Amino acid sequence: MSTLPVPAGPGQSQVQRFAAVLRTPLGIATVAGVLVVAFVAAFGPALWSAQAAATDFSQLSAQPSPAHPFGTDAGGRDVMARVLTAAQLSVGMALVATALGVVGGVIIGFLPIILPRRIARFVVSATGIAIAFPALLLMMMFSIVVGTGVQGAVLAIGFAMMPAFGRLAQTMSSSISGRDFVLAARVLGVSRFRILARHILPNVAEPLTVNASLAAGGSLIAFSGLSFLGLGVQAPDFDWGRLLNEGLSKIYINPATALAPAGAVIFVGVVFTLLGETLSRGFGIEPLLGKRPRPLPRTAPGGQEVADDVDDATVLRVRGLRVAAPARSGWTHPVNNVSFEIRRGEIVGLVGESGSGKSLTCLAVAALLEHPLDVSADSVNFDGSELTQNGKVPGRIRSAALRTMLGTRLALVFQDPSTSLNPALRVGSQVAEIGRLHEGLSTKAAQARAIDRLAEVRINNPARRAKQYPHEFSGGMRQRAMIAMGLMGSPALIIADEPTTALDVTVQRGVLGQLKAVNREKNAAILLVSHDIAVVTGLCTRVLVMYRGSIVEDVDVNDLVAGRAKHPYTRALVDAVPTMTAEKGEPFTTIPEGTIFPTALVEETV
Amino acid sequence: MVVVTVAFVIIRLIPGDPVRNALGIMASQDVVDARREALGLNLPLWEQYLRFWQGLLSGNLGDSFSLQMPVTEVIGQRLPATIELAVLSLIVMLAFAIPLGMAAAALTRGGRRRGLELGYTSVSGFIAVIPEFLIGVGLIYVFAVQFQLLPVAGRSGPDSYILPVLALSIGGIAGVSRIVRAEALSVLDQDYIRTARAKRMSSWRLYMRHALPNLLTSSLTIGGLVLGGLIAGTVLVETIFSWPGLGMTIVSSIKDKDFPLAQGIIMVYGFLVLLVTLVVDILLVMLDPRSALKEN
Repeated sequence: MSTLPVPAGPGQSQVQRFAAVLRTPLGIATVAGVLVVAFVAAFGPALWSAQAAATDFSQLSAQPSPAHPFGTDAGGRDVMARVLTAAQLSVGMALVATALGVVGGVIIGFLPIILPRRIARFVVSATGIAIAFPALLLMMMFSIVVGTGVQGAVLAIGFAMMPAFGRLAQTMSSSISGRDFVLAARVLGVSRFRILARHILPNVAEPLTVNASLAAGGSLIAFSGLSFLGLGVQAPDFDWGRLLNEGLSKIYINPATALAPAGAVIFVGVVFTLLGETLSRGFGIEPLLGKRPRPLPRTAPGGQEVADDVDDATVLRVRGLRVAAPARSGWTHPVNNVSFEIRRGEIVGLVGESGSGKSLTCLAVAALLEHPLDVSADSVNFDGSELTQNGKVPGRIRSAALRTMLGTRLALVFQDPSTSLNPALRVGSQVAEIGRLHEGLSTKAAQARAIDRLAEVRINNPARRAKQYPHEFSGGMRQRAMIAMGLMGSPALIIADEPTTALDVTVQRGVLGQLKAVNREKNAAILLVSHDIAVVTGLCTRVLVMYRGSIVEDVDVNDLVAGRAKHPYTRALVDAVPTMTAEKGEPFTTIPEGTIFPTALVEETV
Repeated sequence: MVVVTVAFVIIRLIPGDPVRNALGIMASQDVVDARREALGLNLPLWEQYLRFWQGLLSGNLGDSFSLQMPVTEVIGQRLPATIELAVLSLIVMLAFAIPLGMAAAALTRGGRRRGLELGYTSVSGFIAVIPEFLIGVGLIYVFAVQFQLLPVAGRSGPDSYILPVLALSIGGIAGVSRIVRAEALSVLDQDYIRTARAKRMSSWRLYMRHALPNLLTSSLTIGGLVLGGLIAGTVLVETIFSWPGLGMTIVSSIKDKDFPLAQGIIMVYGFLVLLVTLVVDILLVMLDPRSALKEN
């Protein structure tokens, strides 16, 4: 379901993209934050170091005052000046360590490309082990070796970052080095180093930049942590971590001595995170946020008032059904003003090309379409109950009685049996659930009935099968289990949305036969969605033809087979079915792309 | 194996003479030599390595320089406090993060409630950025300095657990709940959720029975990763709250150049991380029969 990131084209569009990102609130906040941090880090010591060193013995650990906005520390020095002065060391160290980590990581990451295979494999697995370790532990290990102090801390954090960047560079470079243009370069005899420098490095640069920016925030925090523990910067130097360490012991006297450096760390950490986010949007790694769709203009109800009386022989009557979907500009109507009805015990086919709105129509009448889709109708009457409320079909039915009615009387079989059963629950309990929910059965009784229903759809050894998980079932068995699920109640209508498309042809027959059997034995009507005319003509008595969101023809199956369909689209569909009588070598009939047919319903002429 | 070797190598990598380092410049050469002899540092490297393993297997990691007691004994005393803290924090974290993430997913799925979504993602993103020791400082300020509700240091009654556990878990709650939300959003998009909705059950049942089990495996994997980080986080949090665990001990051992102790504790941390990974893998196989199938 995930959409692949679309890489922005080079040159102009990239610049434009960045310009667009910088105009968003995120971009503005980032630029402002980066400027503040850069300014303070660059000029902080020059501007405030004198003030930070000045001790005022009359004001030891003083509360905040106009002269000292954050008060003074135990030595009578101004806390704000000290925090601002410390910015240079804190941010500087973080950047140096990040640079170290990125460079070292990239070298580690690219080694496998250059080195012989066996050593390469060793490097990869060593990185894997190192990455499993929390960075802080790595840092502490390194700081045992290199000792405490600024240099030690920079080295420790830089080294501790290398495995992560090494892994990043490894995965990215290995995915790129498998691509066609690198393979082509290799075939042409370009050396490994040249491939690395010319083809791989430019392609990994963008994600690396983004991650480096995020890591810089992380390393700033790591430095504060180390210094706070007393393992980083040592007196008389000070960074935020050491200020925090000093401040914490004075938190009862002047909380600002601890809170000010803490705030500074958080501020810079957030700025680095924002920077990373902005960069990744700018590079097109992450999509720009879409705009909120405008509210749907209220369409006038489809027209005529619908008479309330539905005759008893009708199981489903739909009038003026529309499905609206938000799009880039305004709303589209993938299902537009659809009306049809299904009589009890009837098998009706619903055919049409992909995207013609068949599945949406099914889900809409089953009251299963949810936000952001909007379903409106003049009337959807199922089994004598009206499902619309104020002209809408809600995605969640609130009335308990209606829910029980839908749960037991309407069964659904979906296209892909491998995804429509819950992989984490046993098949038996999934089949049994309807009985527990709507028929007041005990767990045991429901389970017994579920086993019974599984047997009914001809699943061998149902008691054992009920205890299994869906992944232990074959595709055809899963679809049978879905039908069994529908049989837990007493279905008046089964909506089968392309029930056999995902199955192979031999299994297909069995599943269709099962549906037919249910129809015969339980007098359940079936709405069979398919784009396979052959399947529909074999099973149904009547066919609805859908095209671009509308039902264009409602035709008896005998008329369809006899070639008496009226709508040009229906005829085109029928003509496109390959037959055994076709001349050898003759091209198959197709509907030329771009052909547009009228979408009005052809009227019966009888 | 790797952990032990790394811990062994680290001590040998220290520039200069670790014993001289530890005892200071003032110590006489005789004392240094005697200590070197006692530690076996004059032996050839391979023999040192063998002895190290020997000691490890017989539960002897040498004596701490500064505390003058066996390293294993120090670890034995301090480890339970750290484990307690880490496990409690993990429980609190998962107990809050999973429902929070699921609720956020349920409320914002399909692009509804954009305002809530923006608020949730920015607030949780912000909290996730703040490191646990700064949260600790903030908590101390609010609960101990401003309102004086809770004790700030040491390990005594149940109320002394509240702040350290909170400090460790708040960031995780924010971070993990974001991941849970992302996972939940993809689970709620699955066909089997549509199947469940077609059975017209209550939202509660839909989320708890049909969505949650499918979230558990991924949440658990994340939980395992987070627990590794939690163990590391205890080092900082223990220092803030003067919690008598391993973290405080290793910090002081590094500062005091107490190498046997530091080496021992690093190994313990390493084993803990490995153990967590192992336990998570086993749990995953138990929870999700499909992953066991893959292993075969």
